[in-house]
This record gives sequence, structure tokens and C-alpha cells, in this order.
Amino acid sequence: MSRFFVLSLNGLTQGAIYAAMALALVMIWRATQVINFAQGAMAMFTTYLALFAIDHGVPYWLAFLVALSSGLILGAIVERVIVRPVESAPPLNVVILTLGLLLFLEALAPMLFGGQIRSFPPAFSIVGLHFGNSQVAFSPFDAFTLGSVLAVMVLLLVLFQKTDLGLRMRAAAFNPDVSRLLGIRVGRMLTLGWSLASLVGALAGVLIAPSLLLYPTFMDQVLVFGFTGAVLGGLDSAVGAVVGGLLMGFALSYVGGYLGSDLETVGALVILIAVLMVRPRGLFSRHRLRQA
Amino acid sequence: MVAVHSRLDRLASRTLGGHLLLALGAAVLLLLLSTQIGAYDNYNLTAVAIFAVAAAGLNLLTGLNGQLSLGHGALMAIGAYTASLLLKDHELPVVLVLLLSVLSTGLIGIVFGYAAARLRGPYLAGATLTLAVALPQVATRYKSIFGGESGLTVPPTTPPAWLGPDFPPERWLAWIAVAAAVVTFVLLANLLRSSAGRAFRAVRDNEAAAALAGIDVARTQVLAFVISAACAGLAGALFAYWSGVTAPAGFGVTLSLQLVTAIVIGGLGSLAGAVWGSLVLVFVPSLTSGMASTLNVPSAIANNLPLAIYGGILVIAMLVAPHGIQGTLTRILTIGRARWGHTPAGGQKGVVDWDDPASDP
Repeated sequence: MSRFFVLSLNGLTQGAIYAAMALALVMIWRATQVINFAQGAMAMFTTYLALFAIDHGVPYWLAFLVALSSGLILGAIVERVIVRPVESAPPLNVVILTLGLLLFLEALAPMLFGGQIRSFPPAFSIVGLHFGNSQVAFSPFDAFTLGSVLAVMVLLLVLFQKTDLGLRMRAAAFNPDVSRLLGIRVGRMLTLGWSLASLVGALAGVLIAPSLLLYPTFMDQVLVFGFTGAVLGGLDSAVGAVVGGLLMGFALSYVGGYLGSDLETVGALVILIAVLMVRPRGLFSRHRLRQA
Repeated sequence: MVAVHSRLDRLASRTLGGHLLLALGAAVLLLLLSTQIGAYDNYNLTAVAIFAVAAAGLNLLTGLNGQLSLGHGALMAIGAYTASLLLKDHELPVVLVLLLSVLSTGLIGIVFGYAAARLRGPYLAGATLTLAVALPQVATRYKSIFGGESGLTVPPTTPPAWLGPDFPPERWLAWIAVAAAVVTFVLLANLLRSSAGRAFRAVRDNEAAAALAGIDVARTQVLAFVISAACAGLAGALFAYWSGVTAPAGFGVTLSLQLVTAIVIGGLGSLAGAVWGSLVLVFVPSLTSGMASTLNVPSAIANNLPLAIYGGILVIAMLVAPHGIQGTLTRILTIGRARWGHTPAGGQKGVVDWDDPASDP
């Protein structure tokens, strides 16, 4: 099997995870016009909680649920306790707040769970599938990664496009004042939005932990890749975030495969700068200009 | 118009003199202090001076020009690696090493500044964060040049002969760092009172209005980024001397975030705030490690306590006191003055009041 094909398959799986991260960032950006720089650290923390559960004899699937549900709760807490009070403050203050949360969580995790690098078990085998005589560089765990990201995205799509709750959430993000007049509990919608975004981030965390190993800063680069994917897609477009994340997966897989895995982050920097120079509004944004 | 100009000129000349006197006083006091304290405290004094230089540069960019950089740790790395590479095979005078490090980081600053000038708010923060994540990887990747994970060792500076044979090297490094910091602060303080400084603030407050007033917005932003990067480079080179080894692990995202913590704690937009912030960055870890060893706290907790405290401080500061130490001091003074019938107390509650501390660098 050609090296290119192997790298492409790898890129697809990694891209699905970056897409989840990008989507989490975009969901919060659309709801509150804030980039949640603590998104990666929150996902790191929920992944540690899952590993903590596994260490105490909890089966993988239950630990998986621990990660997702703790993501849901953590997102709600962060929005309600930390972000809400500075709702009307300048954007810089809110960004600094998320940076503080990032530092705090990355320091808290080694205090609670120990600072050493840990391995995280995958749900399925990570050995490539066999088709007839040939082995493909696509494992059952890769299939699970793709499937679970896809499932979450379809669920979110249905929620936002087909349900009354989704409509209210979109309205609250689009125009909070009018929504409030129409009787929508805007505050609750914001909390729910942060919760769901944090759940998507937590999913990215448990899915990428087996290949990256678990340590307090392990999600920093995933956050950066997700951010680049989100900017590539246009920052305010959910579809754009998913496409951007997938493109990042492919691009970085080729960079890692052909040039060396140490250069993946440099590749992301080059892509990000290039996008911001050439097409700052991204591929899918409806807006003509990026916002200040 | 003419009258306004001449008044500003007189003010500028007065500020220059004032800044120089203040700087001279501070330098003499600190040099005297360094002769009275031991090696460990000199080591800490050096660290305060280093962080003050980096934080002052970042504060110029973030507090005064409104551009948030999460990549100043990476820019410090560029300064540190420049110094380490220069000292790898040659013995060079400290001043030359520092100047070349400032130059190399400033050049990188021009390249990145041009990109940054086109970016706003979250885009710039994200791009500089990516820089902070990516740069240490370059050092790991090109082992033959940058020494990989273990980094490059930096030979200590030897005190000149005229100071006598017993002059402690820690004190000599403290003198160098303090001198560098004082020079940096005088230059920055004067810059902020110049037309360039006013342009920085104008661009921060309202780009469209600044452009209408004839300010080249992009050029101003690039200039702020380059000056800020040059400060980071100087701090990085001093950091290399101070730590004795330049390795990628020392320049991670946390270093950048610590610098952000320093300017937020000290006060956005204020040079004095950068000093407060760097005092916190140096003395919080030594306080916690001292406490941890007396209380027998496990090392996993003790080692991470400072970062947890910084994170907590950032969150609480934004919720409770977005003005930082210097801003709060200035507010208290302003309120005090208002009581006595001078200037009215300024600032809105809960909003970063940029001009308040900025007026007193």
C-alpha cells in the first residue's frame, strides 16, 4: 500500500478529531464571540477523569461516558460561574479569563492525578484491519473515532436544525436582546451551548489520548490544530469547522509523514498564517470581514 | 496648534529628565541592594529584572496597543537561543551578545509583526499561541544546531577584573540585568510619552479614528510588535545567562502565559505594573516551595502550585480587579485626589480602564 494512502487514512482519523475540536471552538465563538482558549485544557481534564475511572476498575465504556458527561458539566460550570459575570466586559478580559482557566486546569491536573506521562487505552484494537491477504492501515479504533465524531455531529445538526430547542439556541446566539423579548431564556441557552461545546471537546480528548499519551499539556497542540481548522473554515461556520478540521488532519498527516512529526505544529503555524494572509474570512464564512 | 506643540515639547523634555533621574535613583538603589544581599537573593533580583523587561515589552503591545500576544515566551526563546549560539564557540562581551539578541528577535518581530498587524483580537491571540506551541518543536527537531531536548549550555559571565577577584558572579549578573532593565524602562517610558506612544494608544482605542487623524495604523502596530519583540529578545538573552542552559522545555506556552499573568496582575498598560507582575512571578514560586518543604507537601502539588495560583489570579483578577496592582493603586490615588478637590476619579467598574494606569508609566 502506498505511503500516501496510509497517510491519507491517518489524516482522515486525526482530521475527525481536529474537526471536533474546531467545532467546539466555533460553537462557543458563535454563541459568545469568544475563543475559548481553555477548551483544550478542559478536554484534558475530562480525559484525566476518564483515566481515573479506568484506573479504579470502571469499564472503558463507562469511563467514556464519564468523560463526555463531565465535559457537559464542566462546560456549564465554566459558563455560569466564570464567563457570565464578565459578559459585558471587553473581549480581551474574557480571553484572559479563559487563559487563566487554561493555566489553572493544567496545574490542577498533575496535582490531582500525578504529573507522569500516562498511556490511555483505546476502545478497540489499534491494529490495522485485514481485507483478504492485505492489511490496511485503518484499525477498528480508527473506525470508532470516525463513527463517534460523525454521530455527535449528526446529533448536533439535528438538534440545531430540527428541534425547537436548537432554534431557540440559534436565536439566542444571533440576537440576544430580541430573543429575550420573545421569551427565550438566553442565559440558559448560553450555558447549554457551552456545555455542548465542552462535550464535543471532551470527545476529542478521549479519542486522541491513545495516540498522543496523556500529560497535562497534551491538548495544547490539538487546541492549536482545532483553532487553525476553525479559522480555515471561517470561525463562524459549523460546516466550515468540520471541513477545516478534516483538511488540517490531512495536511498535518502529510507534514508529519514526509517531513517529520516534530514539524506538525510548525506546519499548523504556516497554514494558519497563510490562511490569515490570503483569505482571512476562511472558506465558509458568510461575513465579508473578520470581526475586531 | 503651535502653542500646543511647544507645550508638549516642554513636557517631553521635562519627562525625559524626570525619567532619567528616576532611573538613576532606581539603578543606584538596586546596585546598593545587590551588595547587601546573598547569592540566592541576587539570583532572584536578576530574575525580577529579566521578567520586568519581558513584561514591559508585552505590556507595551497588549496594554498600550491592544494586541494580545500569547507568543512572547517563544520570542524570549529566540533571544535565548541567539545568545546561546553566539556563546557556543566564542567568548563575546555581554553587551554585544545582548544587542545581537535584541536585533535577531527584532527582525523576527518584523516578520511576525507584519502578519500580526493584519490580525485582530482572537486571530492574533490564536496565531501567537500557535507560535508558542510550534517554536520549541523546532529546537527539538534540529538537534545539531539547537541541542535538542537537553538544549545548549551557556557559560556564565565572569565579572571584570577591576571589581576585584572575589566579586560574586551572581551579583555581576544582577548588575547586568538591572542595568538592562533600567535602560529598557527609560527608553520605553520616553517612547510612551512621544508621538509614537500616543499613536499606540490611539490605535488601541479606535482604529478608524486613529486612521482619520493621520496615523498609519498598520505601521504603528508593526512598530509596537517589533519593540515588544526586541524587549522579549533582551529578556531571553539575559534568561540564557541566568539559567545557564537554553532548552525548549523552558519556553513552553506556560512561559508566555506567565508573562500575560504578570501584566494583568501588575496592570495592563502600565510600565510600573510590569515590575509588580515580575515580582509576583519570582516570589510566588519561592514562597510556595518554601511553604511546601516546611509542610511536607508532595512534589506533584508543590511544583504546580505557582501555575495554579497564577491561573486562579488571572480568573479572579478579571472578575474582581481588572486594573491590576498598579491600576488599583492609581485608582486609590485618583480617588484620594478627587476627595481633595483635584482630578475626578475615572474608570468604569468592571471594564479595563486602559488610560488610567497608562497615564503614569
